[in-house]
Amino acid sequence: MNEHIVRSYEDELALLDKKIAQMGGLAEHNLGQSFDALERRDPRIAEAVINSDRMIDALQREIEDQVISMIARRQPMANDLRHVMAALRVTGDLERIGDLAKNIAKRALAIAHESHPKPLISGFRHMVELALRQLKDVLDAYAARDAVRAMKVWSEDTRIDAMYNSIFRELLTYMMEDPRNIGLSTHLLFGAKNIERVGDHTTNIAETVHYMVTGTSITDDRPKLEQVGS
Amino acid sequence: MDTMSTTPSIATQVGAANMSTAASHNGKVTARDVNVYYGDKHALKSVSVDIPDRSVTSFIGPSGCGKSTFLRCINRMNDTIASCRVTGKIEIDGQDIYDPSLDVVQLRARVGMVFQKPNPFPKSIYENVAYGPRIHGLATSKSELDEIVNASLEKAGLWKEVKDRLQESGTGLSGGQQQRLCIARAVAVGPEVILMDEPCSALDPIATAKVEELIDELRQNFCIIIVTHSMQQAARVSQRTAFFHLGTLVEEGKTTDIFTKPLDKRTQDYITGRTG
Repeated sequence: MNEHIVRSYEDELALLDKKIAQMGGLAEHNLGQSFDALERRDPRIAEAVINSDRMIDALQREIEDQVISMIARRQPMANDLRHVMAALRVTGDLERIGDLAKNIAKRALAIAHESHPKPLISGFRHMVELALRQLKDVLDAYAARDAVRAMKVWSEDTRIDAMYNSIFRELLTYMMEDPRNIGLSTHLLFGAKNIERVGDHTTNIAETVHYMVTGTSITDDRPKLEQVGS
Repeated sequence: MDTMSTTPSIATQVGAANMSTAASHNGKVTARDVNVYYGDKHALKSVSVDIPDRSVTSFIGPSGCGKSTFLRCINRMNDTIASCRVTGKIEIDGQDIYDPSLDVVQLRARVGMVFQKPNPFPKSIYENVAYGPRIHGLATSKSELDEIVNASLEKAGLWKEVKDRLQESGTGLSGGQQQRLCIARAVAVGPEVILMDEPCSALDPIATAKVEELIDELRQNFCIIIVTHSMQQAARVSQRTAFFHLGTLVEEGKTTDIFTKPLDKRTQDYITGRTG
Protein backbone atom coordinates (compact mmCIF):
# COMPACT_ATOMS: atom_id res chain seq x y z
CA MET A 1 0.00 0.00 0.00
CA ASN A 2 1.30 3.41 -0.92
CA GLU A 3 1.74 5.91 1.87
CA HIS A 4 -0.36 9.00 2.35
CA ILE A 5 1.14 12.23 1.12
CA VAL A 6 0.32 13.70 4.55
CA ARG A 7 2.48 11.68 6.90
CA SER A 8 0.56 12.51 10.09
CA TYR A 9 -2.51 10.87 8.53
CA GLU A 10 -0.49 7.69 8.04
CA ASP A 11 0.67 7.92 11.66
CA GLU A 12 -2.88 8.29 12.94
CA LEU A 13 -4.06 5.20 11.06
CA ALA A 14 -1.10 3.23 12.41
CA LEU A 15 -1.88 4.44 15.94
CA LEU A 16 -5.46 3.26 15.53
CA ASP A 17 -4.28 -0.25 14.68
CA LYS A 18 -1.80 -0.19 17.52
CA LYS A 19 -4.60 0.60 19.97
CA ILE A 20 -6.84 -2.11 18.51
CA ALA A 21 -3.99 -4.62 18.87
CA GLN A 22 -3.44 -3.49 22.46
CA MET A 23 -7.12 -3.75 23.26
CA GLY A 24 -7.38 -7.14 21.59
CA GLY A 25 -4.38 -8.38 23.56
CA LEU A 26 -5.98 -7.25 26.81
CA ALA A 27 -9.31 -8.85 25.94
CA GLU A 28 -7.58 -12.16 25.15
CA HIS A 29 -5.56 -11.98 28.35
CA ASN A 30 -8.58 -11.22 30.53
CA LEU A 31 -10.66 -13.97 28.98
CA GLY A 32 -7.91 -16.53 29.60
CA GLN A 33 -7.36 -15.24 33.15
CA SER A 34 -11.05 -15.27 33.98
CA PHE A 35 -11.14 -18.98 33.22
CA ASP A 36 -7.99 -19.56 35.27
CA ALA A 37 -9.67 -17.78 38.16
CA LEU A 38 -12.63 -20.12 37.79
CA GLU A 39 -10.60 -23.28 37.41
CA ARG A 40 -8.13 -22.54 40.22
CA ARG A 41 -10.76 -20.88 42.42
CA ASP A 42 -8.37 -18.01 42.90
CA PRO A 43 -10.01 -14.72 43.93
CA ARG A 44 -6.84 -12.71 43.31
CA ILE A 45 -6.82 -13.56 39.61
CA ALA A 46 -10.52 -12.77 39.44
CA GLU A 47 -9.98 -9.36 41.07
CA ALA A 48 -7.15 -8.60 38.65
CA VAL A 49 -9.40 -9.33 35.66
CA ILE A 50 -12.16 -7.15 37.08
CA ASN A 51 -9.74 -4.27 37.64
CA SER A 52 -8.00 -4.43 34.29
CA ASP A 53 -11.31 -4.28 32.43
CA ARG A 54 -11.14 -0.53 33.08
CA MET A 55 -8.12 -0.35 30.77
CA ILE A 56 -10.12 -1.99 27.99
CA ASP A 57 -12.93 0.53 28.51
CA ALA A 58 -10.44 3.41 28.47
CA LEU A 59 -8.92 2.17 25.20
CA GLN A 60 -12.37 1.97 23.65
CA ARG A 61 -13.01 5.62 24.53
CA GLU A 62 -9.63 6.61 23.10
CA ILE A 63 -10.29 4.76 19.85
CA GLU A 64 -13.79 6.23 19.52
CA ASP A 65 -12.47 9.74 20.14
CA GLN A 66 -9.73 9.25 17.59
CA VAL A 67 -12.12 7.93 14.93
CA ILE A 68 -14.50 10.86 15.44
CA SER A 69 -11.62 13.29 15.26
CA MET A 70 -10.28 11.68 12.07
CA ILE A 71 -13.67 11.76 10.38
CA ALA A 72 -14.02 15.45 11.27
CA ARG A 73 -10.52 16.51 10.26
CA ARG A 74 -9.50 14.17 7.46
CA GLN A 75 -12.74 12.98 5.85
CA PRO A 76 -11.33 9.51 5.15
CA MET A 77 -12.28 7.96 1.82
CA ALA A 78 -12.40 4.47 0.33
CA ASN A 79 -10.15 1.98 2.16
CA ASP A 80 -9.30 4.63 4.78
CA LEU A 81 -12.98 5.14 5.48
CA ARG A 82 -13.51 1.40 5.79
CA HIS A 83 -10.45 1.24 8.03
CA VAL A 84 -11.66 3.81 10.57
CA MET A 85 -15.22 2.44 10.53
CA ALA A 86 -13.85 -1.05 11.10
CA ALA A 87 -11.78 0.18 14.04
CA LEU A 88 -14.91 1.77 15.51
CA ARG A 89 -16.87 -1.47 15.20
CA VAL A 90 -14.07 -3.77 16.36
CA THR A 91 -13.46 -1.66 19.46
CA GLY A 92 -17.12 -2.11 20.41
CA ASP A 93 -16.91 -5.89 20.07
CA LEU A 94 -13.66 -6.04 22.05
CA GLU A 95 -15.17 -3.96 24.83
CA ARG A 96 -18.07 -6.42 25.06
CA ILE A 97 -15.64 -9.36 25.13
CA GLY A 98 -13.86 -7.61 28.02
CA ASP A 99 -17.18 -7.28 29.86
CA LEU A 100 -17.96 -10.95 29.35
CA ALA A 101 -14.54 -11.90 30.76
CA LYS A 102 -15.20 -9.63 33.73
CA ASN A 103 -18.54 -11.34 34.26
CA ILE A 104 -16.85 -14.76 34.32
CA ALA A 105 -14.35 -13.40 36.85
CA LYS A 106 -17.21 -12.23 39.08
CA ARG A 107 -18.77 -15.68 38.90
CA ALA A 108 -15.37 -17.17 39.78
CA LEU A 109 -15.46 -15.05 42.95
CA ALA A 110 -18.98 -16.20 43.75
CA ILE A 111 -18.13 -19.90 43.52
CA ALA A 112 -14.54 -19.76 44.75
CA HIS A 113 -15.36 -21.84 47.81
CA GLU A 114 -17.11 -24.65 45.92
CA SER A 115 -15.40 -27.60 44.31
CA HIS A 116 -16.11 -28.21 40.62
CA PRO A 117 -16.84 -31.50 38.96
CA LYS A 118 -13.72 -32.29 36.87
CA PRO A 119 -15.31 -33.36 33.57
CA LEU A 120 -17.37 -30.19 33.43
CA ILE A 121 -14.44 -27.91 33.93
CA SER A 122 -12.45 -29.72 31.27
CA GLY A 123 -15.26 -29.24 28.71
CA PHE A 124 -15.33 -25.60 29.73
CA ARG A 125 -11.58 -25.34 29.20
CA HIS A 126 -11.83 -26.66 25.62
CA MET A 127 -14.47 -24.10 24.88
CA VAL A 128 -12.38 -21.24 26.27
CA GLU A 129 -9.31 -22.43 24.38
CA LEU A 130 -11.24 -22.50 21.13
CA ALA A 131 -12.77 -19.07 21.78
CA LEU A 132 -9.29 -17.69 22.51
CA ARG A 133 -7.85 -19.20 19.34
CA GLN A 134 -10.69 -17.77 17.28
CA LEU A 135 -10.20 -14.36 18.87
CA LYS A 136 -6.46 -14.44 18.23
CA ASP A 137 -7.02 -15.50 14.60
CA VAL A 138 -9.50 -12.74 13.93
CA LEU A 139 -7.21 -10.11 15.47
CA ASP A 140 -4.38 -11.40 13.29
CA ALA A 141 -6.70 -11.27 10.27
CA TYR A 142 -7.51 -7.64 11.17
CA ALA A 143 -3.82 -6.73 11.46
CA ALA A 144 -2.91 -8.55 8.22
CA ARG A 145 -6.00 -7.34 6.30
CA ASP A 146 -6.72 -11.00 5.55
CA ALA A 147 -10.36 -11.53 4.54
CA VAL A 148 -9.85 -15.24 3.87
CA ARG A 149 -8.57 -15.87 7.36
CA ALA A 150 -11.43 -13.81 8.80
CA MET A 151 -13.93 -15.92 6.89
CA LYS A 152 -12.38 -19.08 8.32
CA VAL A 153 -12.98 -17.73 11.83
CA TRP A 154 -16.50 -16.77 10.83
CA SER A 155 -17.42 -20.24 9.66
CA GLU A 156 -15.81 -22.05 12.59
CA ASP A 157 -17.94 -20.45 15.26
CA THR A 158 -20.33 -23.42 15.02
CA ARG A 159 -17.76 -25.45 16.95
CA ILE A 160 -18.09 -23.14 19.94
CA ASP A 161 -21.86 -23.35 19.69
CA ALA A 162 -21.64 -27.15 19.66
CA MET A 163 -19.46 -27.13 22.76
CA TYR A 164 -21.88 -24.82 24.52
CA ASN A 165 -24.76 -27.16 23.76
CA SER A 166 -22.90 -30.12 25.16
CA ILE A 167 -21.92 -28.25 28.36
CA PHE A 168 -25.52 -27.15 28.73
CA ARG A 169 -26.71 -30.77 28.64
CA GLU A 170 -24.05 -31.92 31.07
CA LEU A 171 -24.91 -29.18 33.55
CA LEU A 172 -28.58 -30.01 33.25
CA THR A 173 -27.90 -33.62 34.08
CA TYR A 174 -25.71 -32.58 36.98
CA MET A 175 -28.43 -30.36 38.39
CA MET A 176 -31.03 -33.11 38.08
CA GLU A 177 -28.80 -35.50 39.96
CA ASP A 178 -28.70 -33.29 43.04
CA PRO A 179 -30.47 -29.99 43.60
CA ARG A 180 -27.54 -28.84 45.74
CA ASN A 181 -25.56 -28.55 42.51
CA ILE A 182 -27.92 -25.97 41.08
CA GLY A 183 -26.14 -22.87 42.44
CA LEU A 184 -22.73 -23.84 41.10
CA SER A 185 -24.14 -25.19 37.85
CA THR A 186 -26.04 -22.01 37.14
CA HIS A 187 -22.88 -19.95 37.50
CA LEU A 188 -21.01 -22.33 35.22
CA LEU A 189 -23.86 -22.29 32.72
CA PHE A 190 -23.85 -18.49 32.55
CA GLY A 191 -20.06 -18.62 32.24
CA ALA A 192 -20.34 -20.99 29.29
CA LYS A 193 -22.98 -18.77 27.76
CA ASN A 194 -20.55 -15.85 28.09
CA ILE A 195 -17.94 -17.78 26.13
CA GLU A 196 -20.52 -18.53 23.48
CA ARG A 197 -21.23 -14.77 23.29
CA VAL A 198 -17.49 -14.11 22.94
CA GLY A 199 -17.65 -16.35 19.87
CA ASP A 200 -20.45 -14.21 18.45
CA HIS A 201 -18.47 -11.00 18.96
CA THR A 202 -15.50 -12.70 17.31
CA THR A 203 -17.61 -13.48 14.25
CA ASN A 204 -18.78 -9.85 14.22
CA ILE A 205 -15.14 -8.82 14.06
CA ALA A 206 -14.59 -11.33 11.23
CA GLU A 207 -17.46 -9.74 9.29
CA THR A 208 -15.96 -6.30 9.90
CA VAL A 209 -12.55 -7.46 8.64
CA HIS A 210 -14.21 -8.85 5.53
CA TYR A 211 -15.92 -5.50 4.91
CA MET A 212 -12.76 -3.53 5.62
CA VAL A 213 -10.74 -5.55 3.11
CA THR A 214 -13.25 -6.12 0.31
CA GLY A 215 -15.78 -3.30 0.67
CA THR A 216 -18.65 -5.79 0.70
CA SER A 217 -20.69 -7.07 3.61
CA ILE A 218 -21.28 -10.74 4.19
CA THR A 219 -24.90 -11.34 3.35
CA ASP A 220 -25.01 -15.11 3.88
CA ASP A 221 -26.37 -16.37 7.17
CA ARG A 222 -23.68 -17.82 9.32
CA PRO A 223 -24.04 -21.60 9.73
CA LYS A 224 -25.79 -21.99 13.07
CA LEU A 225 -26.57 -24.87 15.31
CA GLU A 226 -29.95 -25.14 16.93
CA GLN A 227 -29.35 -23.26 20.16
CA VAL A 228 -30.42 -24.66 23.47
CA GLY A 229 -31.18 -22.59 26.53
CA SER A 230 -30.25 -19.35 24.86
CA MET B 1 -1.06 -2.76 -1.71
CA ASP B 2 -3.34 -4.59 -3.35
CA THR B 3 -5.87 -5.73 -0.83
CA MET B 4 -8.22 -6.93 -3.55
CA SER B 5 -5.71 -9.37 -4.97
CA THR B 6 -5.57 -11.38 -1.75
CA THR B 7 -9.17 -12.46 -2.27
CA PRO B 8 -9.64 -12.85 -6.00
CA SER B 9 -13.05 -14.49 -5.87
CA ILE B 10 -14.46 -11.78 -3.63
CA ALA B 11 -12.93 -8.99 -5.68
CA THR B 12 -14.52 -10.43 -8.79
CA GLN B 13 -17.90 -10.27 -7.11
CA VAL B 14 -17.35 -6.62 -6.23
CA GLY B 15 -16.46 -5.88 -9.83
CA ALA B 16 -19.45 -7.69 -11.19
CA ALA B 17 -21.78 -5.80 -8.87
CA ASN B 18 -20.41 -2.42 -9.91
CA MET B 19 -20.50 -3.35 -13.60
CA SER B 20 -24.15 -4.27 -13.51
CA THR B 21 -25.10 -0.90 -12.02
CA ALA B 22 -23.01 0.90 -14.62
CA ALA B 23 -24.85 -0.84 -17.44
CA SER B 24 -28.28 -0.32 -15.94
CA HIS B 25 -28.77 3.31 -16.96
CA ASN B 26 -29.23 4.84 -20.37
CA GLY B 27 -26.96 7.68 -21.33
CA LYS B 28 -28.23 11.16 -22.10
CA VAL B 29 -24.69 11.83 -23.21
CA THR B 30 -22.79 8.87 -24.61
CA ALA B 31 -19.13 8.93 -25.52
CA ARG B 32 -17.42 6.17 -27.46
CA ASP B 33 -13.68 5.90 -27.92
CA VAL B 34 -13.10 9.65 -27.64
CA ASN B 35 -9.52 10.80 -28.20
CA VAL B 36 -8.30 14.38 -28.00
CA TYR B 37 -4.96 15.64 -29.31
CA TYR B 38 -3.47 19.09 -28.76
CA GLY B 39 -0.94 19.05 -31.57
CA ASP B 40 1.23 16.00 -30.80
CA LYS B 41 0.01 15.69 -27.25
CA HIS B 42 -2.49 12.89 -26.73
CA ALA B 43 -4.58 14.55 -24.02
CA LEU B 44 -7.53 12.18 -23.82
CA LYS B 45 -7.26 8.49 -24.57
CA SER B 46 -10.15 6.37 -25.75
CA VAL B 47 -12.82 7.56 -23.32
CA SER B 48 -16.14 5.73 -23.41
CA VAL B 49 -18.86 6.53 -20.93
CA ASP B 50 -22.65 6.88 -20.59
CA ILE B 51 -23.83 9.90 -18.62
CA PRO B 52 -27.43 9.64 -17.38
CA ASP B 53 -30.08 12.34 -17.62
CA ARG B 54 -31.57 14.06 -14.57
CA SER B 55 -28.62 13.37 -12.37
CA VAL B 56 -25.26 14.86 -11.47
CA THR B 57 -22.08 13.20 -12.72
CA SER B 58 -18.77 14.47 -11.40
CA PHE B 59 -15.40 14.20 -13.09
CA ILE B 60 -12.46 14.03 -10.69
CA GLY B 61 -8.73 13.57 -11.13
CA PRO B 62 -5.43 15.37 -10.72
CA SER B 63 -4.57 18.49 -12.75
CA GLY B 64 -3.90 17.64 -16.38
CA CYS B 65 -5.76 14.32 -16.23
CA GLY B 66 -8.10 15.25 -19.08
CA LYS B 67 -11.32 15.84 -17.16
CA SER B 68 -11.78 19.45 -18.30
CA THR B 69 -10.69 18.50 -21.82
CA PHE B 70 -13.42 15.87 -21.93
CA LEU B 71 -15.98 18.27 -20.46
CA ARG B 72 -15.16 20.79 -23.18
CA CYS B 73 -15.71 18.14 -25.87
CA ILE B 74 -19.35 17.86 -24.84
CA ASN B 75 -20.28 21.33 -26.11
CA ARG B 76 -17.43 21.47 -28.64
CA MET B 77 -15.57 24.22 -26.81
CA ASN B 78 -12.38 22.55 -28.04
CA ASP B 79 -13.29 23.62 -31.58
CA THR B 80 -11.99 27.07 -30.66
CA ILE B 81 -8.46 25.69 -30.16
CA ALA B 82 -6.75 25.46 -33.54
CA SER B 83 -4.32 22.65 -32.66
CA CYS B 84 -7.04 20.51 -31.09
CA ARG B 85 -8.28 17.36 -32.81
CA VAL B 86 -11.11 15.17 -31.51
CA THR B 87 -11.80 11.62 -32.71
CA GLY B 88 -14.45 9.11 -31.67
CA LYS B 89 -18.12 9.72 -31.10
CA ILE B 90 -20.13 11.80 -28.65
CA GLU B 91 -23.90 11.66 -28.84
CA ILE B 92 -26.64 13.52 -27.02
CA ASP B 93 -29.93 11.62 -27.17
CA GLY B 94 -28.41 9.56 -29.96
CA GLN B 95 -27.47 12.58 -32.07
CA ASP B 96 -23.81 12.84 -33.07
CA ILE B 97 -22.67 16.29 -31.86
CA TYR B 98 -19.62 16.23 -34.15
CA ASP B 99 -21.83 15.79 -37.23
CA PRO B 100 -20.56 18.47 -39.69
CA SER B 101 -24.12 19.54 -40.48
CA LEU B 102 -24.82 20.30 -36.83
CA ASP B 103 -25.17 23.98 -35.84
CA VAL B 104 -22.64 24.54 -33.04
CA VAL B 105 -24.49 27.61 -31.75
CA GLN B 106 -27.64 25.51 -31.35
CA LEU B 107 -25.58 22.80 -29.67
CA ARG B 108 -24.27 25.26 -27.10
CA ALA B 109 -27.82 26.32 -26.32
CA ARG B 110 -28.61 22.68 -25.57
CA VAL B 111 -25.39 22.24 -23.62
CA GLY B 112 -24.85 25.14 -21.23
CA MET B 113 -21.63 25.84 -19.42
CA VAL B 114 -20.66 27.42 -16.12
CA PHE B 115 -17.03 28.30 -15.50
CA GLN B 116 -14.69 28.35 -12.55
CA LYS B 117 -14.64 32.11 -12.22
CA PRO B 118 -18.04 33.77 -12.34
CA ASN B 119 -18.07 35.73 -15.58
CA PRO B 120 -21.23 37.84 -15.81
CA PHE B 121 -21.42 40.24 -18.74
CA PRO B 122 -20.74 43.85 -17.74
CA LYS B 123 -24.45 44.51 -18.12
CA SER B 124 -27.47 44.60 -15.86
CA ILE B 125 -28.63 41.50 -14.01
CA TYR B 126 -31.68 41.43 -16.27
CA GLU B 127 -29.62 41.68 -19.46
CA ASN B 128 -27.26 38.92 -18.33
CA VAL B 129 -30.14 36.48 -18.27
CA ALA B 130 -32.13 37.95 -21.18
CA TYR B 131 -29.19 37.92 -23.58
CA GLY B 132 -29.29 34.22 -24.47
CA PRO B 133 -33.06 33.87 -24.95
CA ARG B 134 -33.04 37.02 -27.08
CA ILE B 135 -30.30 35.91 -29.51
CA HIS B 136 -31.83 32.44 -29.76
CA GLY B 137 -35.25 34.02 -30.40
CA LEU B 138 -36.92 32.24 -27.49
CA ALA B 139 -39.24 35.12 -26.62
CA THR B 140 -41.65 36.94 -28.93
CA SER B 141 -42.50 39.77 -26.56
CA LYS B 142 -41.09 41.77 -23.70
CA SER B 143 -43.46 40.09 -21.27
CA GLU B 144 -42.36 36.63 -22.45
CA LEU B 145 -38.74 37.62 -22.01
CA ASP B 146 -39.54 38.98 -18.53
CA GLU B 147 -41.11 35.64 -17.77
CA ILE B 148 -38.01 33.71 -18.84
CA VAL B 149 -35.69 36.00 -16.84
CA ASN B 150 -37.90 35.70 -13.79
CA ALA B 151 -38.17 31.90 -14.06
CA SER B 152 -34.45 31.45 -14.68
CA LEU B 153 -33.47 33.58 -11.70
CA GLU B 154 -36.01 31.64 -9.67
CA LYS B 155 -34.49 28.32 -10.77
CA ALA B 156 -31.04 29.62 -9.88
CA GLY B 157 -32.26 30.55 -6.41
CA LEU B 158 -31.40 34.19 -6.99
CA TRP B 159 -34.79 35.80 -7.63
CA LYS B 160 -35.52 36.85 -4.05
CA GLU B 161 -32.09 38.45 -3.71
CA VAL B 162 -32.15 40.48 -6.93
CA LYS B 163 -35.79 41.07 -7.87
CA ASP B 164 -35.65 44.71 -6.73
CA ARG B 165 -32.42 45.52 -8.52
CA LEU B 166 -32.65 43.83 -11.91
CA GLN B 167 -31.25 46.91 -13.62
CA GLU B 168 -28.12 47.02 -11.48
CA SER B 169 -24.88 45.65 -12.90
CA GLY B 170 -24.31 41.88 -12.64
CA THR B 171 -20.70 42.51 -11.72
CA GLY B 172 -21.83 44.29 -8.55
CA LEU B 173 -23.13 41.06 -7.03
CA SER B 174 -21.12 38.94 -4.59
CA GLY B 175 -19.03 36.08 -6.01
CA GLY B 176 -21.61 33.44 -5.05
CA GLN B 177 -24.46 35.52 -6.46
CA GLN B 178 -22.49 36.10 -9.67
CA GLN B 179 -22.02 32.34 -10.05
CA ARG B 180 -25.73 31.73 -9.55
CA LEU B 181 -26.38 34.50 -12.08
CA CYS B 182 -24.20 32.58 -14.55
CA ILE B 183 -26.23 29.46 -13.80
CA ALA B 184 -29.45 31.44 -14.39
CA ARG B 185 -27.96 32.64 -17.69
CA ALA B 186 -27.20 29.04 -18.69
CA VAL B 187 -30.66 27.84 -17.65
CA ALA B 188 -32.43 30.70 -19.53
CA VAL B 189 -31.87 29.21 -22.99
CA GLY B 190 -33.52 25.92 -21.99
CA PRO B 191 -30.53 23.60 -22.09
CA GLU B 192 -30.68 19.84 -21.61
CA VAL B 193 -27.15 19.42 -20.34
CA ILE B 194 -25.28 21.79 -18.02
CA LEU B 195 -21.50 21.54 -17.81
CA MET B 196 -19.80 23.04 -14.77
CA ASP B 197 -16.05 23.47 -14.62
CA GLU B 198 -15.08 23.86 -10.96
CA PRO B 199 -18.04 26.15 -10.31
CA CYS B 200 -17.29 26.63 -6.60
CA SER B 201 -13.53 26.88 -6.45
CA ALA B 202 -13.66 30.69 -6.18
CA LEU B 203 -16.46 30.71 -3.61
CA ASP B 204 -16.58 30.69 0.19
CA PRO B 205 -18.23 27.72 1.98
CA ILE B 206 -21.63 29.42 2.38
CA ALA B 207 -21.80 30.44 -1.28
CA THR B 208 -20.56 26.94 -2.18
CA ALA B 209 -23.36 25.37 -0.14
CA LYS B 210 -25.92 27.54 -1.95
CA VAL B 211 -24.58 26.51 -5.36
CA GLU B 212 -24.54 22.85 -4.30
CA GLU B 213 -28.14 23.12 -3.10
CA LEU B 214 -28.96 24.66 -6.48
CA ILE B 215 -27.20 21.85 -8.36
CA ASP B 216 -29.21 19.32 -6.37
CA GLU B 217 -32.46 21.05 -7.38
CA LEU B 218 -31.45 21.46 -11.02
CA ARG B 219 -30.78 17.75 -11.42
CA GLN B 220 -34.55 17.15 -11.38
CA ASN B 221 -34.64 18.67 -14.86
CA PHE B 222 -31.16 18.56 -16.34
CA CYS B 223 -28.22 16.31 -17.03
CA ILE B 224 -25.45 17.97 -15.01
CA ILE B 225 -21.76 17.26 -15.37
CA ILE B 226 -19.38 18.87 -12.93
CA VAL B 227 -15.61 18.97 -12.88
CA THR B 228 -14.31 19.47 -9.36
CA HIS B 229 -11.06 19.30 -7.46
CA SER B 230 -12.94 18.89 -4.22
CA MET B 231 -13.62 15.23 -3.65
CA GLN B 232 -15.95 16.10 -0.81
CA GLN B 233 -17.94 18.18 -3.27
CA ALA B 234 -18.09 15.32 -5.76
CA ALA B 235 -19.20 13.04 -2.94
CA ARG B 236 -21.83 15.54 -1.79
CA VAL B 237 -23.45 16.60 -5.05
CA SER B 238 -23.12 13.79 -7.58
CA GLN B 239 -24.86 10.49 -8.08
CA ARG B 240 -22.11 9.15 -10.34
CA THR B 241 -18.40 9.85 -10.37
CA ALA B 242 -15.78 9.34 -13.06
CA PHE B 243 -12.08 9.32 -12.20
CA PHE B 244 -9.60 10.44 -14.87
CA HIS B 245 -5.86 9.88 -14.72
CA LEU B 246 -3.19 10.69 -17.34
CA GLY B 247 -5.79 11.13 -20.05
CA THR B 248 -7.70 7.92 -19.43
CA LEU B 249 -11.05 7.32 -17.75
CA VAL B 250 -9.92 4.91 -15.06
CA GLU B 251 -13.19 4.19 -13.36
CA GLU B 252 -16.80 5.37 -13.45
CA GLY B 253 -19.58 4.28 -11.12
CA LYS B 254 -22.03 5.17 -8.40
CA THR B 255 -20.54 7.94 -6.26
CA THR B 256 -21.03 5.92 -3.08
CA ASP B 257 -19.14 3.00 -4.56
CA ILE B 258 -16.29 5.15 -5.87
CA PHE B 259 -15.77 6.77 -2.47
CA THR B 260 -16.20 3.66 -0.33
CA LYS B 261 -14.92 0.82 -2.49
CA PRO B 262 -13.19 1.93 -5.67
CA LEU B 263 -12.08 -0.95 -7.87
CA ASP B 264 -8.92 0.55 -9.29
CA LYS B 265 -5.82 1.15 -7.21
CA ARG B 266 -5.19 4.47 -9.00
CA THR B 267 -8.64 5.72 -7.95
CA GLN B 268 -8.04 4.60 -4.40
CA ASP B 269 -4.63 6.26 -4.19
CA TYR B 270 -6.02 9.53 -5.54
CA ILE B 271 -9.11 9.81 -3.37
CA THR B 272 -7.32 8.75 -0.20
CA GLY B 273 -4.42 11.14 -0.80
CA ARG B 274 -1.71 8.56 -1.37
CA THR B 275 1.31 8.89 -3.61
CA GLY B 276 0.51 7.14 -6.89
